[in-house]
Amino acid sequence: MMKRILAVLVTLMLAGPVFAQGGPLRITITDGVIEPITFAVPSFEAETPAAQQAAADISRLVVQDLAGTGLFREVPATAFISQVSSFAQPVAFPDWRAINAQALIVGAVTVNGDQLTVKFRLYDVFSGQELGQGLQFAGTVAGWRRMGHKVADAVYSRITGEGGYFDSRVVFVSESGPKDNRQKRLAVMDFDGANVQFLTDSSNIVLAPRFSPNGDRVLYTSFESGFPRINVLNVANVGRQQLQTAPGEMAFSPRFSRDGRQVIYSLSNGGNTDIYRTDLSSGQHVRLTSAPSIETAPSLSPDGTQIVFESDRSGNQQLYIMSANGGEARRISFGQGRYGTPVWSPRGDLVAFTKQNAGRFHIGVMRTDGSEERLLTSSFLDEGPTWSPNGRVIMFSRETQGAGGTSSMYSVDISGRNLKAVPLQGGASDPSWGPLQP
Amino acid sequence: MTLTKKAAVMLLVLATAACTDPDRFGGGAGADGAGANGGLGAGVAGSASDPASPLFFNQTIGDRVLFAVDTSTITPEGQTILDAQAQWLLTNADYRAVIEGHADEQGTREYNLALGQRRANAVREYLVSRGVPVGRLQVTSFGKERPIAICSEESCYAQNRRAVTVLSFSAITS
Repeated sequence: MMKRILAVLVTLMLAGPVFAQGGPLRITITDGVIEPITFAVPSFEAETPAAQQAAADISRLVVQDLAGTGLFREVPATAFISQVSSFAQPVAFPDWRAINAQALIVGAVTVNGDQLTVKFRLYDVFSGQELGQGLQFAGTVAGWRRMGHKVADAVYSRITGEGGYFDSRVVFVSESGPKDNRQKRLAVMDFDGANVQFLTDSSNIVLAPRFSPNGDRVLYTSFESGFPRINVLNVANVGRQQLQTAPGEMAFSPRFSRDGRQVIYSLSNGGNTDIYRTDLSSGQHVRLTSAPSIETAPSLSPDGTQIVFESDRSGNQQLYIMSANGGEARRISFGQGRYGTPVWSPRGDLVAFTKQNAGRFHIGVMRTDGSEERLLTSSFLDEGPTWSPNGRVIMFSRETQGAGGTSSMYSVDISGRNLKAVPLQGGASDPSWGPLQP
Repeated sequence: MTLTKKAAVMLLVLATAACTDPDRFGGGAGADGAGANGGLGAGVAGSASDPASPLFFNQTIGDRVLFAVDTSTITPEGQTILDAQAQWLLTNADYRAVIEGHADEQGTREYNLALGQRRANAVREYLVSRGVPVGRLQVTSFGKERPIAICSEESCYAQNRRAVTVLSFSAITS
């Protein structure tokens, strides 16, 4: 008991400055160093006996999601002074202030048959107010992770003022086998590496998948015919259709238009690679670039009016922006080295890219006019950035050096902080981050 | 080569293909064939000393040319090999070929696909300039997806920056 009181006193002294602030529970994500917001998640209440497991699992997942951003720091349950035994019970704010939990998340889970409901409340401990209102999500017991991600997304969103990214999926290439006999399969996972499902077998090389804007379909490059061709795959029923290309042509690097009805991609013929756009229903295609150089890796701006792409027209890979209908392009990358795989951010303000310089690969971001270039990573081989739905995190592939080299996926904040591997069994590459799920 | 002999060669080729990992190139072709058109890989039948055999083409002449970093220029050594390849293809008019371009791992995936295409096309153009009918030659690219040497050093990269002429027996007239 004495020990506990002492701990509280120490905490109170440490917590002093936070008390003094007394402002609303709000974190503004900037590029600077952020002091994480501390939060407590007492295990969610199980409102039905069958909900016990799900309640424990969901509370843990909410903690994992929030702490995983690097913007929040969990106050562990061992420090709790009071417990929350009921969702309806008034919150004893002094007990949470005493352990310096700035945010408190309480929740309850109900399970009826295979149906699961989770509700939660978010409290700003130091102002003693609820932040936003209680919110409830309904789903299935099997889909409990989605419910946990939804709670975490709502909390993230209320505290940061920005959209979340936890209830989202990533399509990627699952890899196995040595470098000279690499087997590749298309797969999808939750953003955190859970719930992996395979979409193709490994009988053909598959590359660089891209989600449609609403996540219902995936575009990817397949070597089924021995030649790179573009497939459109329906995620729900795994049905697929090939984009028609003329004999002798190689088609790859496909991306959906913002309305999901058209495909922007590269076509190679006679040693020359240019960017085209094809309407998926009519099959009509339009050529958007016509240079004798390699034009590939197109990415549309969020408003769909512009395309950022890479070209070696200057002699090596650089980034360019042109109208979505083609025409004159302006170069935006001017630093040392080569720049490829540009991807426009969901907010429209930044372009993520792969940079190759002095024998190293980097993932970086720059403004759309090429200014404020910032390298976020550095390794033997990093490539292929993709944006989280809220534009705060970038996922990419990292291949390790040497004969035993393997590929894994990593994520990093656009500030360059919080670099971490996506936990998966086996190798993985070419992530494409889908939208927040409805 | 008589038709019977060719048929025998083809049977052996099929047998060889069946023994290799069927997943490897999606088509179960030989060591470096993409299998786009049932290419005759390195392990094919026939004698390397028989100038009309695919083995002679693959081994004695050499089925591949190598490239410098990020280029698709045919080197003088490459020209010598391609001159002999062209001569062989003109003599053995029943064969066609898929030229497979490859890149080393030092590059982004999609760029390397385009670069491999550029290399394969440079080989096709060279062979065509030496009289091989363009209709007998197709090009494809594997980018950096199919390295044959797997160290992360120039000694391996040099072998991976290649364009391989993969023969197939031509039942199709072109």
